[in-house]
Amino acid sequence: MKITLTVNDEAYPLDVEPRRVLADALRDDCGLTGTHLGCEQGVCGACTVLVDGEAVRSCLLLAVQCDGVPIRTVEGLAGADGEPHPLQRAFSAERGLQCGFCTPGFLMLAAGALERDPALGEEEVAALVGSNLCRCTGYEPIRRAIMRAARDHRNGQEA
Amino acid sequence: MKPTAFDYLAPGTVGEAVDALAAGAQVLAGGQSLLLEMHLQRVHPNLVADINHIPGLDALTVADGTLTVGALVRHKTFESPGAVPGPLGDLFGRAVANIAHPPIRARGTMVGSLAWAHPASEWCALAVALDAVVELRSTRGTREVPAGDYFLGPFRTAREPDELLTAVRYPLLAPDTGVAFTEHRRTGFSFAQVAVGAALTIRDGVITEARIGLANCADRPLRAHAAERALVGSGPSSPVFARAGETAAEQDAAPVPEPYADVDYRRHVIAVLVARTLREAAPV
Repeated sequence: MKITLTVNDEAYPLDVEPRRVLADALRDDCGLTGTHLGCEQGVCGACTVLVDGEAVRSCLLLAVQCDGVPIRTVEGLAGADGEPHPLQRAFSAERGLQCGFCTPGFLMLAAGALERDPALGEEEVAALVGSNLCRCTGYEPIRRAIMRAARDHRNGQEA
Repeated sequence: MKPTAFDYLAPGTVGEAVDALAAGAQVLAGGQSLLLEMHLQRVHPNLVADINHIPGLDALTVADGTLTVGALVRHKTFESPGAVPGPLGDLFGRAVANIAHPPIRARGTMVGSLAWAHPASEWCALAVALDAVVELRSTRGTREVPAGDYFLGPFRTAREPDELLTAVRYPLLAPDTGVAFTEHRRTGFSFAQVAVGAALTIRDGVITEARIGLANCADRPLRAHAAERALVGSGPSSPVFARAGETAAEQDAAPVPEPYADVDYRRHVIAVLVARTLREAAPV
């Protein structure tokens, strides 16, 4: 099927089989390998991207379902000048990653939540980080990183 | 694994969708169970009908004391306070927090859960407890099935393969109904080992109506009729709730052994959780 994926404001005209999931289309057809695939069963969350502003599992969504829908991946977080996104800076500052495999998924999960509600509270962030799996950090640094990004956002200390 | 090959259709009306179902299509709504099963190649449809583009199926309406939830209403809708009025909305809000996690709740649908009929499903247990009615459409017409007659076993329902579950209806709960929902599971995002939803109406110190829904306490969702009978007519108290819990565990439940949860353990958890849920539901 002929579709156009709109990823990070860029159009990717594709010809894909209906069975191609969004994660595979992003990685193999668009060449955007920042989105990682772990379990392919909706459990680990490494493939989390924003579809129409909502953090979702790109392994549990067909590429053909996303024809013409705005998609954001981890490649779309940094500014045009290459400056890291406040969340990326916060993950670095709080040691929110070690091996880095889960990081794109956590970043997009957090980006979706923060864009929806910049005043995210401790409880919401604690519940949110349970959505994805991290086998290195024990979640606490990730939780702190998201809280720091939320705080920085509130204090207007971006860029 | 990857899903096996299939043809994809995005019908624009319910009529087109049921035509596709008559041709053997599998319905894709939220896709959070279907696509998982397709990845595992336990389900391999030749044709998938994506109903996400059908206008009106995302409607959530209240009229004449009845809540109607369309096939495209996502789980997360019920997280918003006030999405559903009164104690019914409160009960749904307490239940929805137990369903998977935010990214799954953003896509998955309540009606999809009823169509999938997992024995541990929170929505399925509430549907039987609340006397919900599901609406099924096919090229042969429309029929309504009470939730009590709808669930037949694990992943088995009264829905025929060519029928589309278009909506589910719930009677609203009286404003003075107390509600609670509790769940026991191995880790934060595991399936429920046992989940209990309850709605209690207490007037003049006497329980006049009781509804208890049990998830993963049998091969299908249950309403704890015997425990409810034990409650109605009594005053709300811890011993009464504890007895109702034991009744639910011994008479209503028919637990299936699972790894880390054999039948005796299950019955123990059911008795504890039912009593706890009732204590939370009893308005003080």
